[in-house]
Amino acid sequence: MSEFLQQLVNGVTWGSVYALIALGYTMVYGILRLINFAHGDVYMLGAFFGLYAAQWIGAADHPTPVRAFVVLVAAMLGCGAVGAIIERAAYKPVRRSSRLAALITAIGVSLLLENGGILVFGPNPRFFPQIVPSSQISLGHGVSISNQQVIILVVSTGLMFALRFIVLNTRVGKAMRAVSHNHMAAALMGISVDRIITFTFVLGSMLAAAAGVLVALQNPKIDPLMGIMPGLKAFVAAVLGGIGNIPGAVLGGLVMGIAEVLVVGYLSPSYRDAIAFVLLIVILLVRPTGILGTQAAEKV
Amino acid sequence: MLLQVERLDVYYGAVHALKGVTLCAEAGEIVTLIGANGAGKTTLLRTISGVIPSRSGRVTFEGRDITRLPAHDIVGLGISQAPEGRLVFANLTVEDNLELGAYRRKDRPGISKDREEVFRLFPRLRERRRQSAGTLSGGEQQMLAIGRALMSRPRLLLLDEPSLGLAPLLVREIFRTVREINQRGVTVLLVEQNAHMALSIAGRGYVLETGHVRLEDRAERLLQNDEVRRAYLGG
Repeated sequence: MSEFLQQLVNGVTWGSVYALIALGYTMVYGILRLINFAHGDVYMLGAFFGLYAAQWIGAADHPTPVRAFVVLVAAMLGCGAVGAIIERAAYKPVRRSSRLAALITAIGVSLLLENGGILVFGPNPRFFPQIVPSSQISLGHGVSISNQQVIILVVSTGLMFALRFIVLNTRVGKAMRAVSHNHMAAALMGISVDRIITFTFVLGSMLAAAAGVLVALQNPKIDPLMGIMPGLKAFVAAVLGGIGNIPGAVLGGLVMGIAEVLVVGYLSPSYRDAIAFVLLIVILLVRPTGILGTQAAEKV
Repeated sequence: MLLQVERLDVYYGAVHALKGVTLCAEAGEIVTLIGANGAGKTTLLRTISGVIPSRSGRVTFEGRDITRLPAHDIVGLGISQAPEGRLVFANLTVEDNLELGAYRRKDRPGISKDREEVFRLFPRLRERRRQSAGTLSGGEQQMLAIGRALMSRPRLLLLDEPSLGLAPLLVREIFRTVREINQRGVTVLLVEQNAHMALSIAGRGYVLETGHVRLEDRAERLLQNDEVRRAYLGG
């Protein structure tokens, strides 16, 4: 029992990271009907921006909570800017073209970021500094949680609530929902659709950056290709929850994280990546709209 | 002159949808645009609103050239539209829909006052203010689409087929309200297939045929016109 609880704690931690990345996929899909395949690579950039920020402010040698927070914010801002540039430079020019053109563009951007990353950061894994010294907290009954896991859970939950607040209660959030419903109707309200689309990319990229830094706290080996697998899995998580659906992305991420940890714990670690795609196949067969997804009323 | 459209040419891909359309609307008027399906009525409204680009020609509003302005800036200048098919934001509440109508405005008190005004015009929207717009009936959605368009305090209101798919009684109610809105000083450009209804509240009308302005006259004279009667008023 205690082993199972321990697995669950680890699963929820991983799941919240997947959820953060999945939110970016689902928001962009909701607004553009585009799968942004470069999103996993933005997560990778988040980890690297965090690394450079940590070195810059000396968070590696003298870790303090404030410095760790600055590292997180710096990575988020950096990736937010990258998200805006990707949208303006790569996706906006093909927005009126076919969806296939946009999809191929997305794959191109992904390859560009990965290979550009190899060029700039080097092909070898880099070590993410310990900006938060690790310690274990016992939860009793043989279950324990690391302080880094606690940080992952607290920060990701906080960010998800912040996103929820933005989307449901702010002017720009309502504009996002209007644009995701119908671009023309939104434009007729006086909403600058272009600006809202860019904002959506910025928001999604910031969440991915946070995920990158949070993961690097626990798994400090980072490399330019580290975004591929988590990116794919988070995409599956978004589909699992119902792509375009924000609570669905969180749910899908948690399911994914828990499933993965359980498979590793009770079956074999070699199935760790396979489970994501088993889940994808199952959901596509059983409920293609995802757990919380509804039949999308396709625009005519 | 409030609105002036001069020799407007619009293409949809290879289709020449508007061929040198010229029309105007004076402040305070109700002008209607009638014509068959595919005549270009909706295209014209969308071009005025800036969501479809024109190839040549000019649109001026209050003396200002708005031909190349993006749609969201045109709303800010005082033109709003209740589009064909209503396009209310189905997953948002009635109140949120109205709030989005006032997206460009910052004057909180003025916005609440105008929302009250919309609720006065369409009491049923007040009853359903916290309901999501997707659960409204077709007539209520049309009221919401018009109310939402009023929230930007337009001087020119473009209405695209407000009677579409509604029961005759509701159509009359909507048209009565359109006239009331007009009496408060909002100029209305009304696109309709229900030519009889439209001409009965409009001062002037244009008949659009395959992208051309075929006829232009005072509404009561169009109602008497043999050609119009045969083609659009059912004999």
